[in-house]
Amino acid sequence: MGIIKADDVTFEYIRRDEEGNVEGITTAVDHVSLDIKKGQFIAILGHNGSGKSTLAKHMNAILYPTEGTLWVDGMDTKEEEHVWEIRQRAGMVFQNPDNQIIGQVVEEDVGFGPENMGIPSKEIWERVEESLRAVGMYEFRKHSPNKLSGGQKQRVSIAGVLAMHPQCIVLDEPTAMLDPNGRKEVIRAIRGLNDVEGITVILITHYMEEIIYADKVFVMDKGAIAMEGTPREIFSQVEKLKELRLDVPQVTMLAYELKKKGMNLPDGILTTKELIDALRI
Amino acid sequence: MLRDITLGQYYQTESVIHKLDPRVKLGGTLLYIISLFIFENIWGYLLAGLFLAIVIKLSKVPFRFMVRGMKAIVFLLLITVVFNLFLTPGEVLISFWKLKITKEGLRIAIFMAIRLSMLIIGSSVMTLTTTPNNLTDGMEKMLSPLKVFKVPVHEVAMMMSIALRFIPILLEETDKIMKAQIARGADFESGNLLKRAKALVPLLVPLFISAFRRANDLAMAMEARCYRGGEGRTKMKPLVYKKEDRLAYLVIAGYLVIKIVIGIIL
Repeated sequence: MGIIKADDVTFEYIRRDEEGNVEGITTAVDHVSLDIKKGQFIAILGHNGSGKSTLAKHMNAILYPTEGTLWVDGMDTKEEEHVWEIRQRAGMVFQNPDNQIIGQVVEEDVGFGPENMGIPSKEIWERVEESLRAVGMYEFRKHSPNKLSGGQKQRVSIAGVLAMHPQCIVLDEPTAMLDPNGRKEVIRAIRGLNDVEGITVILITHYMEEIIYADKVFVMDKGAIAMEGTPREIFSQVEKLKELRLDVPQVTMLAYELKKKGMNLPDGILTTKELIDALRI
Repeated sequence: MLRDITLGQYYQTESVIHKLDPRVKLGGTLLYIISLFIFENIWGYLLAGLFLAIVIKLSKVPFRFMVRGMKAIVFLLLITVVFNLFLTPGEVLISFWKLKITKEGLRIAIFMAIRLSMLIIGSSVMTLTTTPNNLTDGMEKMLSPLKVFKVPVHEVAMMMSIALRFIPILLEETDKIMKAQIARGADFESGNLLKRAKALVPLLVPLFISAFRRANDLAMAMEARCYRGGEGRTKMKPLVYKKEDRLAYLVIAGYLVIKIVIGIIL
């Protein structure tokens, strides 16, 4: 069993009218099974309403499956007594950087998680310093979060999770509200954590460019997993991605169109460099 | 820019007073206010004034910042003085039409004005030299014995610090919504008071909705980071009394003793 294992997880949102009668049921996550190994970089892809955020919230025990079971590091998220342990092991970063920073000074915000865990003051300081250095925000430790850019705020949020020493970080569209520069900053920080610290990363996104570094990609549609495989495997199925209303990176698209016109190119080209190399031969 | 506003009226500088533990400043201010209301004689007020002057000097905050706080209560001060001046019965000094000023009234009015001014300036010293964050921390720690009586001290302190954190964000948001509404022809500036108040409705509704959404997100983010109330929580920056803080307590105690002695003797 990997660090996160979902077995047939289903989650239903029940809509009620004013009297509390059931009006309708929306199945946000539909019989999803996955197994994530320690140290992997996983990307979960899907357009709006595909259930990817709902699935992410299951990994932090914010939501519980209606049916099926989800284990984090061997602990069932449905069991009340494990909730805090699960939240410490699988940290979560949300979309809006403003709405997840609690402290009024960067370092205080990063210390919030360890404070809640009852870590002694001296160790909190060590953890704060080490986490801020890991995301490259140490020079900003005395700043007010209100004066940082979106990318910087999001890196502070990541440091805040990091300070809790998680084994796995779930990032729920962390770059959706950022400009291209901020997006690059955040992705670089996330990749660093995965490469250097060996933390399992689960990145939920709808930006195709961000998933090319992933070890494994899951594509979700209507609550279910529609595709899974390495980025190369996913991107070689351009037709299917279009069907799922997902954009393909420009380079991949170009290679695909060239191939369709009869050029001899391999499937699933991910970067500009790869395409240039393939064209040279 | 709205995001650059400083909250409260904290004045950033390095001074002995700034470095004191917030609990000392809170407690000291409280004792000082009490000291203003016990015993009523000119020497006592001179002492209180002198004490305040020394503290202000030590705090390195320009005096005009203290006076700024006074502006808000000028009206209240005037009313208090006028009522005391004209409505206190006693030996009549001047009288015209139906109004008369009595000796006792004059005395009470002057003392009241001095007291209120010193009270405001005294508490300004505290707010000018302590960050709102520190103040909340100090209050939480000072009031923590009330937890025995099921007073949610930690929760209130947490709410205050979150409110402080979100004020600039919500201000910015208000600015954004206002511009969006103005771009669509909303008019916030003309018309009488009622009309202007009505114009605020399309501003407040989206602001409230967004505030609730933010609150929901924040609550989730806090829970995701293992927040479960004050129970078993440690502090990154715990408040610990240092040598200076103990000394400050001694100074305040000394001041109180002298004030009481003067009050009794004179």
